[in-house]
Amino acid sequence: MTERNEPITRGMSRGALPESGGERLKLSRQQPCIEVDKLNLFYGSAQALKNISLTIPEKRVTAFIGPSGCGKSTLLRCCNRMNDLIDTCRIEGEIRLDGQNIYAPAIDVAELRRKVGMVFQKPNPFPKTIYENVAYGLRIQGVKDRRVLDEVVEKSLRRAALWDEVKDRLDANAFSLSGGQQQRLVIARAIAIEPEVILLDEPASALDPISTAKIEELIFELKEEFTIVIVTHNMQQAARVSDFTAYLYLGELVEYDDTVTIFTNPKQQATEDYITGRYG
Amino acid sequence: MARRQLTTTSRDNPGLKAWFGQGTPWVWLSGGAVAISMVMVIGLILLIAVRGLAHFWPAAVVEFDYVATPGAEPVRIIGEVNRSETMTAQAMREAGFDVPEGQTLVSRHLIKQGNRDVTGRDFVWYLEDGMGEWRYPTEVVQIERLQWGDFFGFVRSYLVDGIAVAQGPEARAQFEEKLRETGALVEQIGRIERFDIGNVNFRMERLRLRQRGLELTVDLDPSTRAQIEAELEAEQMLLEDEYEELEAQRRGLRDEVGRFAITVETMEGRMINIGLADIVHAWWPNDMSFGAKLAHYGGEFWKFVSGFPREANTEGGILPAIFGTVLMVLIMSVVVTPFGVLAAIYLREYAKQGPLVRTIRISVNNLAGVPSIVFGVFGLGFFVYFLGGTIDQTFYAEALPSPTFGSSAIIWASLTLALLTLPVVIVSTEEGLARIPSSIREGSLALGATKAETLWRTVVPLAAPGMMTGLILAVARAAGEVAPLMLVGVVKLAPSLPVDGNFPYLHLDRAFMHLGFHIFDVGFQSPNVEAGRPLVYATALILVLIIIVLNLTAITIRNHLREKYKSESD
Repeated sequence: MTERNEPITRGMSRGALPESGGERLKLSRQQPCIEVDKLNLFYGSAQALKNISLTIPEKRVTAFIGPSGCGKSTLLRCCNRMNDLIDTCRIEGEIRLDGQNIYAPAIDVAELRRKVGMVFQKPNPFPKTIYENVAYGLRIQGVKDRRVLDEVVEKSLRRAALWDEVKDRLDANAFSLSGGQQQRLVIARAIAIEPEVILLDEPASALDPISTAKIEELIFELKEEFTIVIVTHNMQQAARVSDFTAYLYLGELVEYDDTVTIFTNPKQQATEDYITGRYG
Repeated sequence: MARRQLTTTSRDNPGLKAWFGQGTPWVWLSGGAVAISMVMVIGLILLIAVRGLAHFWPAAVVEFDYVATPGAEPVRIIGEVNRSETMTAQAMREAGFDVPEGQTLVSRHLIKQGNRDVTGRDFVWYLEDGMGEWRYPTEVVQIERLQWGDFFGFVRSYLVDGIAVAQGPEARAQFEEKLRETGALVEQIGRIERFDIGNVNFRMERLRLRQRGLELTVDLDPSTRAQIEAELEAEQMLLEDEYEELEAQRRGLRDEVGRFAITVETMEGRMINIGLADIVHAWWPNDMSFGAKLAHYGGEFWKFVSGFPREANTEGGILPAIFGTVLMVLIMSVVVTPFGVLAAIYLREYAKQGPLVRTIRISVNNLAGVPSIVFGVFGLGFFVYFLGGTIDQTFYAEALPSPTFGSSAIIWASLTLALLTLPVVIVSTEEGLARIPSSIREGSLALGATKAETLWRTVVPLAAPGMMTGLILAVARAAGEVAPLMLVGVVKLAPSLPVDGNFPYLHLDRAFMHLGFHIFDVGFQSPNVEAGRPLVYATALILVLIIIVLNLTAITIRNHLREKYKSESD
C-alpha cells in the first residue's frame, strides 16, 4: 500500500502550484506550439466559440477552465479537428500547428491527429488486449514488425506508469483493468504514436482520487516531451498541473495567463469570481 | 417500526386496487404469457417427435377374423394397428358401413395390412364389432420391399433357382441368413446404379454437349474439325465401354441375387413368391426381444436419415432433402451476409442521414413484410428466366433448348432466399453498429485512423454479434421457407445431389429437394396418404432439428464473439 502510494504523494507535492516558488513563467517568452487565431465556431446557427485567439506554448501544460457549456471542450476538440465529426459544426478563423493552418483544405486529418493526440473524459480502451490497444496506432500506420511493436508498447506503458502493473498480462482484455488503469492505458495508447501535442478532455473526472493523483503525476512527467492541453472542471487540478490557464465563459476567452497569475492575481473580475467560487 | 407498520397495513387490506397497485396482476399476466408460449412450443415439438419417431418402432402385428356383415364368412386379417377412433353410428352408416339399429357409437381401427400388390389397399378401416379375438402369431413376417410397400404374411418356403430347398421354420432360418448377404449385394447394385452409372451418364451428356457445340461452331477448318470429332468419338467409345462394363457388373449382381426367393402366404391364404432382390429388410415383429426391437428402430431411423426416397417419396429416406436444405441455407448465408453487412454499413456510417436514407430504411423494413411467394415470383421472373436464360444463351448454347441455369436451380433458390432475408440482416447489423459507443470511434480517430480504418478495425468487429443475430434470424427464416422455393428451385424428386464427384463438384444449376417441400409433397400430394403421414411428422422433426442445429451453431459463434469483444457496457 505504502509502496503504491509513494509516487502519488510525490506527485501531489510536486504538482501543487508548479514552480510557483521559483521564477514565474511568462506567456510571452514561450515557444508557441498551437496558435488559435480569431476562431469562431457554430453548431448550426448557435455560436459556441466567439472570436478566440490564444497561443498554446510548447512543452507546457495549458489548462482550459470554465463552467459547463462555456466551450472549453469544443475549443480543445478544434485542435485535432474532432469537431469534424459533427455535421452541423462550422468553423471560421484559423488554428495553426507549428505555423501551419490545420483547417487548410490540403491538410490530412488523420495525419494531423497523429500529431495531436487526444484522451477523453471516460476511459475508452478498445475491446482488445492491452498490448493491441497500445499497438493500435502503429498498426494503423502499417507497422507489422513484432520487435518494433514490442519495444514501443513497453516504452509507452512505462511512460504512462502502467508497465509494472500490466507487464505480466499484456494479453488480457483491456476491460479487465480498473478505471484509472484504463485511463493510463489510453494515455499510453496516445503517446505510442509520438504526437507533439496531447489533448486531455477532463481526463480524471471519472476517476477516484488516487487514480486522479496518478494521472496528474503522469501529466507532470509527460510535459517534458509533449505539449499538453487539459480541460478540467476541477480548479485545484488546474492549479496543480498546469503552467498556463485560460478561463472561458459563454464561448468567449475571458482571461489567459500563467496559472499563478490566474489563481492569485487575475485581471478580470469574472475570473476571480469563478475561481473563488462566487460563480458556478 | 413505522415503516414496518406501513407494509403490514397494505397487506392486511388486500383491496383490488391495492392488488393492482402492487403490480401483481402484471407479473401474473406476463408469467402466464411465458407459460402458454412454452407449453405451445414444447407441445408442438413433442407432438411431431412422438408421431414421427413412433413410426420406426416395430409395432406388433395382429391377426383376427373379421365378419363384415353379420352372418358372413369370417375373413382372416393380418396387419399393424395404425390408429383407432370412435365414431357415431350415424356417420358410419352414411359412410356405407352396416351398423345395427340402436347402436350409437362405433369403434373402428385402421389396420395397415400392406400387400398393396395383392389387395390394392394397404390401409383399411375395420369395425371393432366385426372383429374376433386379437392374436399375435410369432411367425408372422413383415417385409420391407423395394416396390409395393410392406408385406405381411408367413414365410412358407425358401427357393434357390426356383426350387424349394427348405420349408417352414427351416425356410425362415435360411432366408434370414441369405438376406444378410443379398442385402449387401442389393445395396451395391443401388450404388452402381445411382453413382457409377449416373457418373458415366453425366460424362456422356457432357460429351454430347461438346459434340453439339462443335456442330454449332461454323468457322473451323475441316481438318481441325475432323480431328476434334475423332477425339470426341474415341472418348465416347471409352465411355460406352465403361458403361457396358458397369452394366455387366450390375447384371451379374442382379442374376446372383435373383437366384434366391421365398414363397410367402398372405392373409387370404394366397402363395406368392418374392425375390430377395426386392427385399430391403424382413423382421418378425411378434418374435423380437426388446433389444432386437431397439436395434431395428435405430436401423430404420438411420435408413430414414441416410437413405434415398422410393415409391413417390412415401418410402425410403430423406437424405437428398436434408442435404438440399442445408446446402441451400449455407449458400444463402454466404450470399446474404456480405451484402447485408455492407448495405448496413453504408446506410449507418457513410450515407448522409436525411429523408432519402430514411425512405430507404423504411423500404428495407417493409421488404421484410412482403409475402414470401412474391419473392418467389420475382425469383422466377428475374433469376430463373432472365438471368438463367441469359446465362444459358451465352455460355450453354449447345444445350438449348433444354435449359441449364434457366430452370429450377439451387443457386436461384439461395439467391431468392438471400433477397428475402436481406432486410433482417441489414436491420440487425444497423442495430449492432448503432450500439457501438461513439467513444470507441473517437478513440480510434484520435489515434490518426481514417474512418475506413476505424470501421474495419474496431467498429465492425464490435458489431459482429449484431450481424450474427441477423444471420441467425435469416437462417431460421430461410430454412423453413417453402413457398418461394417451389417456384425457383425445389423439385419433388431430384435425380442427383447438387454436390458430387464430377467437376466442378458443386452443381449450382441443379434442382434440389427440400425438407419443407418434402413435407408438403408427402403429406398432401402423395397418392398414399396413410403411408406418408408418419413420414410427415418424422420429416418435420428432422427439419426442426436441423434449424435448431444451424441456429445453435450461429449462436455459439455469436457468444464466442461477444466474449471476445466483451466491453464494459455489455
